[in-house]
Amino acid sequence: MLGKLDWSAIPFDQPIPLIAGAVVLVAILAVLVWVVVKGHLPYLWHEWITSVDHKRIGVMYILLASVMLLRGGSDAIMMRIQQAIAYQSQGYLPPEHYNQIFSAHGTIMIFFVAMPFVIGLMNLIVPLQLGVRDVAFPTLNSVGFWLTATGALLVNLSLVIGEFARTGWLAFPPLSELSYSPGVGVDYYAWSLEISGVGTLVAGINLVTTVLKLRTRGMNYLRMPMFCWTTLASNLLIVAAFPILTATLAMLLLDRYLGFHFFTNEAGGNVMMFMNLIWAWGHPEVYILVLPAFGIFSEVVSTFSGKALFGYRSMVLATMAICVISFMVWLHHFFTMGAGPDVNAIFGIASMIIAIPTGVKIYNWLFTMYGGRIRFETPMLWSVGFMVTFIIGGLTGVLVAVPPADFMLHNSMFLVAHFHNVIIGGVLFGAFAGFEYWFPKAFGFRLEERWGKAAFWFTFTGFYVTFIPLYIAGMLGMTRRMQHYDVAAWRPWMLVAAVGMAILTIGVICQILQLVVSIRNREALRDRTGDPWDGRSLEWATASPPPVFNFAFDPDVRGEDAYWDIKIHARQQSLEHEEREYHDIEMPRNSPTGFVCAFFASIMGFALIWHIWWMVILGGIGAFATFVVFAWRDHDEYVITAAEVARIDRINLEERRSLVSMAGAT
Amino acid sequence: MSMTAAVGYAHADPHHIGLVIEHPGPAPKRIVTAYGFWIFLLSDIVMFSCFFAAYAVLSGQTAGGPKGSEIFEQRNVAIETVCLLLSSFTCGMASIAADVRNRFWFYLGMAVTCVLGLIFLAIEFREFAGLVARGYGPSRSAFLTAFFSLVGCHGLHVSAGVLWLLTMMAQVFAKGFRADILRRMVCFALFWHALDIIWVAIFSVVYLLGGGA
Repeated sequence: MLGKLDWSAIPFDQPIPLIAGAVVLVAILAVLVWVVVKGHLPYLWHEWITSVDHKRIGVMYILLASVMLLRGGSDAIMMRIQQAIAYQSQGYLPPEHYNQIFSAHGTIMIFFVAMPFVIGLMNLIVPLQLGVRDVAFPTLNSVGFWLTATGALLVNLSLVIGEFARTGWLAFPPLSELSYSPGVGVDYYAWSLEISGVGTLVAGINLVTTVLKLRTRGMNYLRMPMFCWTTLASNLLIVAAFPILTATLAMLLLDRYLGFHFFTNEAGGNVMMFMNLIWAWGHPEVYILVLPAFGIFSEVVSTFSGKALFGYRSMVLATMAICVISFMVWLHHFFTMGAGPDVNAIFGIASMIIAIPTGVKIYNWLFTMYGGRIRFETPMLWSVGFMVTFIIGGLTGVLVAVPPADFMLHNSMFLVAHFHNVIIGGVLFGAFAGFEYWFPKAFGFRLEERWGKAAFWFTFTGFYVTFIPLYIAGMLGMTRRMQHYDVAAWRPWMLVAAVGMAILTIGVICQILQLVVSIRNREALRDRTGDPWDGRSLEWATASPPPVFNFAFDPDVRGEDAYWDIKIHARQQSLEHEEREYHDIEMPRNSPTGFVCAFFASIMGFALIWHIWWMVILGGIGAFATFVVFAWRDHDEYVITAAEVARIDRINLEERRSLVSMAGAT
Repeated sequence: MSMTAAVGYAHADPHHIGLVIEHPGPAPKRIVTAYGFWIFLLSDIVMFSCFFAAYAVLSGQTAGGPKGSEIFEQRNVAIETVCLLLSSFTCGMASIAADVRNRFWFYLGMAVTCVLGLIFLAIEFREFAGLVARGYGPSRSAFLTAFFSLVGCHGLHVSAGVLWLLTMMAQVFAKGFRADILRRMVCFALFWHALDIIWVAIFSVVYLLGGGA
């Protein structure tokens, strides 16, 4: 009846996951009770859960990423503590638990923190920057988000029901095959990534179509803000790479469920095929994450330097070059696995070539700052911190791209330090910069600067104190994923890294405090203009938070930095005094399709993991029925009347006008 | 606000060639929908390419089991191919009928497409069942694993297509040729034709190359 599921799946003998699970469960229940008792449920349902508004969905993506960042961060803390004390001892985490933790840490940080964070920011900002009312497929957007949430749910479920994979974040066979991993861990891993992968693919298709087909009048390709360009490149990579992940994991699942022989040791299966396929997705994935971050830095650096981006066209070219070359370097993830010197040399050179467009970008940011009026507010701090950190990470990357060096450093802590150096220093700093920069746009008030700066300095310092020792430990020969070790020379560096982790944790706490303090002081921090940073692109041309239709009139774009252009020519004022004729606006109607779909996907995923076949069929029928019901609806749009548009727009114009006149008075 | 920066930094035409074409604004919905679906199809083809790659890698790994030339029946494959290519034609007829809002020809075109799709699926199913019965199931060897997965993945797509086709007919029956239903019809037609293209590749790579070897 319940397949492989019985009481032995609950780890009663392991206090750590059980207590953690209980705390999370209590927290979720408490929030639910609070929501129901306070009567927020209808609001939550109508305004958020069923919303197809790209801004709301973007915010929910970022919220999911933030919550999962805490989960992935807890895993990191546990690993650092383990390695700090497990010198000639077993530490406090048994091997099978430790293995689950490093697998979950990697999986969660990449798929459920970095991905939703950048996709959330793209969702939130790109339609605004393009001057349009929504993404190409609003309901599909909601489906994509909720499927990502399903994946996150399943991964976290493995904490208390069953186990998670012990195979590392990419589940290499033959270890991940049924004969070596008979438990449900790998199934949790594979199904949650299959489901959330579909969600990501949907988001990618949506954003590519949005950038290519939905741009306001005059928004030629070479007038798009840099963030739109990097969004395009990143989502093209999603469309081209995520199907590979889907196919590869499907093959692994076929091996595990139906006795196929894609990657087995027996009957002619080929393990190296998994390496090639998974990294053909895995390397572009790195650029899927970091390209949007590059876009964020471009926006932030240009805004806070008060200058147009230096070398806009070279930046576009560099972005698209990275987009293409990122598909030609995957083999550098397994130089040591016997491809031979010729192949290794080609992929080594291709990997080093990627440093060129990246270097172009770094110089463009530096030259944008050169001669500018730089304001070191929090987003700018993250950007400058990024440049310093990312250069170090990039250089160590070029180092491991040299095959002979890689033979020494492969699978060592040096490698761990390298990719944390680029992912934290690149993607996470970028995500935080974007968060600080666009928060006022999303919510209508700024974040408190003092706590933001504290968060930056603690994170920045903590990062170096944690990861520089890992570089050194790697050069001393320490391999990654060690549950315990006996080499005395590594010990001090592990202790320093643990201290660094503590500093990083303070950084995260500052980040949380910043949010709390800012929400409490939101009246004082209110941004009435919609343009708190003296911005340059169209998202700042509308109110904060923007009305559901984004723009009362389709903006007309005449050059790069569209909003800056408007401000300079002071067209804004002259237009504001003209009485314009408002029109009705049609907006897509809310839809529970995404939520219901994800509900059935969760049921199906869980049932597949535990081999509960009747439940799988039930989930499948439910999902199909949802689509049919969605297809059957007669009204998918509603009308906002011209009078209502005028009312909302005039409030914002009034605010801006009074501010301009105030500025004139002083 | 500081607005002191020099004007003239942001031209779409920095070299004054005079060839700037202003972007006209968002595309109409029909274009957007079909374009988005087309991108989905590209991603689907990428997924198929993984199974093709796996087949290319594993096709020689028979592990003592049968080779391709021993199990492929060219006659069946020929009938399957004719069915599928013909169904693309009838699907095209249904699309034209939908565009001119002719219900009779639309239903007829879709129904014939459906029947041809079902014949294709039946032949494929019989082929698979026959192989499994002879002990040549997908777990027999890596070659058979790759064969069943690649051809089966296409078969699953055709099955989903048939389900979609029936839903399309029901939608037209219940709602008529509404704009949003016509947009879905465009997507369905794209999907069905894409499956044909993939079948041509399967026919060549699996059955023609494998049958000769």
